[in-house]
Amino acid sequence: MQSEIGSGKSIVAGVSEGFALVSSQPFSFWGDLDPETGKIINPRSNLFGESIRDKVFVYPHGRGSSTTSAVLLEAVRCSNAPCAIINVEVESILALGAIVAQEVYGRTVPMLAVAEEVFHLLHTGDYLLVDAIAGKLYRKDQF
Amino acid sequence: MKLTDEEQGMIDGKYGKAVAMAMSILTKLGQIYDAEEMIPISQVHIDSSAYKTIGEAGLEFAEKLADSGARFCVPTTLNPTSRDIKRWREFRIPPNFAEKSRRLEQAYLRMGAIPTWTCAPYLYGVIPRFGQQIAWAESNAITFVNSVIGARTARYGDFADICAAITGRVPKFSLHLSQNRAGEVLLKLQASSLINWDDDSIYPLIGYIVGSTAQGRIPVIDGIPNNVTSDQLKGLSAAAASSGAVALFHILGVTPEAATYQDAFQGKEPLQIINIGEEELLKARQDLSTVEEGKIDLVIIGCPHASLPEVEQLVQVLAGRKVCQEVDLWVQTNRTVYYWLEQTDLLNSLNFSGIKVITDTCIFSWPLDNWDFQLLVTNSAKFAHYAPSMLQTQVVFGNLEKCVEAAVKGEVRRS
Repeated sequence: MQSEIGSGKSIVAGVSEGFALVSSQPFSFWGDLDPETGKIINPRSNLFGESIRDKVFVYPHGRGSSTTSAVLLEAVRCSNAPCAIINVEVESILALGAIVAQEVYGRTVPMLAVAEEVFHLLHTGDYLLVDAIAGKLYRKDQF
Repeated sequence: MKLTDEEQGMIDGKYGKAVAMAMSILTKLGQIYDAEEMIPISQVHIDSSAYKTIGEAGLEFAEKLADSGARFCVPTTLNPTSRDIKRWREFRIPPNFAEKSRRLEQAYLRMGAIPTWTCAPYLYGVIPRFGQQIAWAESNAITFVNSVIGARTARYGDFADICAAITGRVPKFSLHLSQNRAGEVLLKLQASSLINWDDDSIYPLIGYIVGSTAQGRIPVIDGIPNNVTSDQLKGLSAAAASSGAVALFHILGVTPEAATYQDAFQGKEPLQIINIGEEELLKARQDLSTVEEGKIDLVIIGCPHASLPEVEQLVQVLAGRKVCQEVDLWVQTNRTVYYWLEQTDLLNSLNFSGIKVITDTCIFSWPLDNWDFQLLVTNSAKFAHYAPSMLQTQVVFGNLEKCVEAAVKGEVRRS
């Protein structure tokens, strides 16, 4: 069974599914993530110690370093990237990391921008289907 | 997207594979953000220059481009690399790591970059003018150049910077457009006994609050004295770009697009007015230090890279004292400043006090496996923000006087 949660704007096209990891805090790939393990290394983050690998990573928007693109690319190279990213506002720095990952490694990290109302419906542990081609977001009961 | 014949030719491979890939990446970026066309830019600052942060993936990308004969077509400056190029052994950088760093440096130099190796490219070197369309990466530099100089760049990251340098183009979007540069929220500094404008740590503190309260909107700050220096604005910009995604701020009566309230908001009203008072200042000060006291290992000055006046100030505060035996004090800067230090008596003074000057790089840009640092002290809010996660250490934030006291005594005490 799958139920539609809402729609959003496709930033990086692609379809992917996985368990959600949700943070209410802004995130910077540089400084917050170790791309060689996929783990969040910022002790000030509410997700400290969690892995984003193969998760649908959900957080409101980016912050901080412009090295975010490279850290995302390195995470893709090390197979530690999230399977999709959902933001309220997808920063160009993050989108660029995904575009380059497609060019260089032929791998896609679909990205979807959703309204705040939709963002608040998402919880860690939900199993989500992200359709960043049609711009739709679904919750799945069975997988 | 509407492309000129030349731009279409770039995508079609008329100018080689590297240009085609770079243009294809940039037009995809433009399509995402609904840019109608590309615009020419006249200089680039690359932040994909540290091997430690861009990793094997980044090295592959840069070498592939350089091997294919790619050349930068506009003046292109470089952020710090992953080693002090001349004295990396002194800083115990592992040789195999230094070699990877050397390869990345060579890749950029082969493409025609200028070896500035600094995160403060707005201080000395190839400095853009007001209104100039540029493509800069490195969050603190983006914020400074947009806000303080008034040149125009979006928040570019790694790879977009390289692609812009290869094509001389970026999408016409974001802060390249006048209408996207209007202030959105007004941040009013409330008069308070906690604000002492003679204490430099007030600027990074305010920047830190600005970054976290702006939440992606363009802040207009009211209440900063108009005799604020470039170095103080450097600390403020770096802090705002660490705690938030701030790429542009205005300061009423100070920065060039905010001579008046009308100018700053482009005739519109702010979406929100936020007061910044004692509570916020106390909280920011608290958040930036992970402990209040203890024996220290290292003091870091120069994040972003120190200017010459900042080093002069450090020497003044030291007043001939020496750094405690068990402690290091490192000043991070670029070769330009180092050259001036050599020409004056300042380098001798630093050497006498037992201070090391690092050039070309910074402590975030190489592995510290051969050091044992537990507690660091700094006057940079940016450094204090990133040190606990990037270096896995404790950190104390304070003004220059506090940093020097800590270095001389080997410890910080609750103030």
